[in-house]
Amino acid sequence: MSIANRPAHRPLSPHLQVYRPQLTSVLSILHRATGIALSVGALYLATWVIYAAADAKAYALFQSFNTSIAGRIVLGGWLFCAFYHLANGIRHLFWDAGYGFELKEAYRSGWIVVAVSLIATAASWIAGLRLV
Amino acid sequence: MNDLRSPLARARGLGSARDGLKHWWAQRLTAIALIPLVVWFAISLVMLSGADYDVARAWIGSPLVMVLLILTIVVGLQHGQLGLQVVIEDYVHGDGWKLALIVAVRFIAVIFGLAAVVAILRIGFGG
Repeated sequence: MSIANRPAHRPLSPHLQVYRPQLTSVLSILHRATGIALSVGALYLATWVIYAAADAKAYALFQSFNTSIAGRIVLGGWLFCAFYHLANGIRHLFWDAGYGFELKEAYRSGWIVVAVSLIATAASWIAGLRLV
Repeated sequence: MNDLRSPLARARGLGSARDGLKHWWAQRLTAIALIPLVVWFAISLVMLSGADYDVARAWIGSPLVMVLLILTIVVGLQHGQLGLQVVIEDYVHGDGWKLALIVAVRFIAVIFGLAAVVAILRIGFGG
């Protein structure tokens, strides 16, 4: 058996399970998670306009889910995902341009993303529920 | 700073993996486009809370909204497809599964995108 074919039982690094969660790593994982959620959400929004192009009865069926508790959670959750991914995405674009790599700056921009996404989500929920 | 790349490598500008620059660039370009589009769409979604069939159709069918909504859905789906491709490439290790999932995500994005565009045009032009 050649060295290349030998099964590798070497320890893998880094072990995510033994890492203490930090703001920067949690935000990074959340960026991916919200990105996946938003991709599914984009299909849901496409479905919304497809139903709107159909007749009123089909649309009412779709809307009856949107106005239910589960629908409110889905749409409200979509708003949080959108605001978070938007704010953290802008943070990523600054990194792409070469700014904000210092540890202190990465933490500061991270907390700004948390604050902006929570405030925008709260404001949109309050405004949305007042209109219903 | 010394550039260790050969003149040919520098002229090609493809980086060390020789591939992926187009993907990277497209992801950033769609991200920048989505900044104003998502802000607009999120505000619109909140304003439309509890809107019935006629109100929703009147909104979707107005000319400016048609353009912005088609842009939001098409650019959003493209950005999502590019992002999901990276996630699949990172976490799915079997070559067969990897390829199958990337193809499936792309097909679903194109089908839903096209269906949404047709639906929006149909509402706007009264089909």
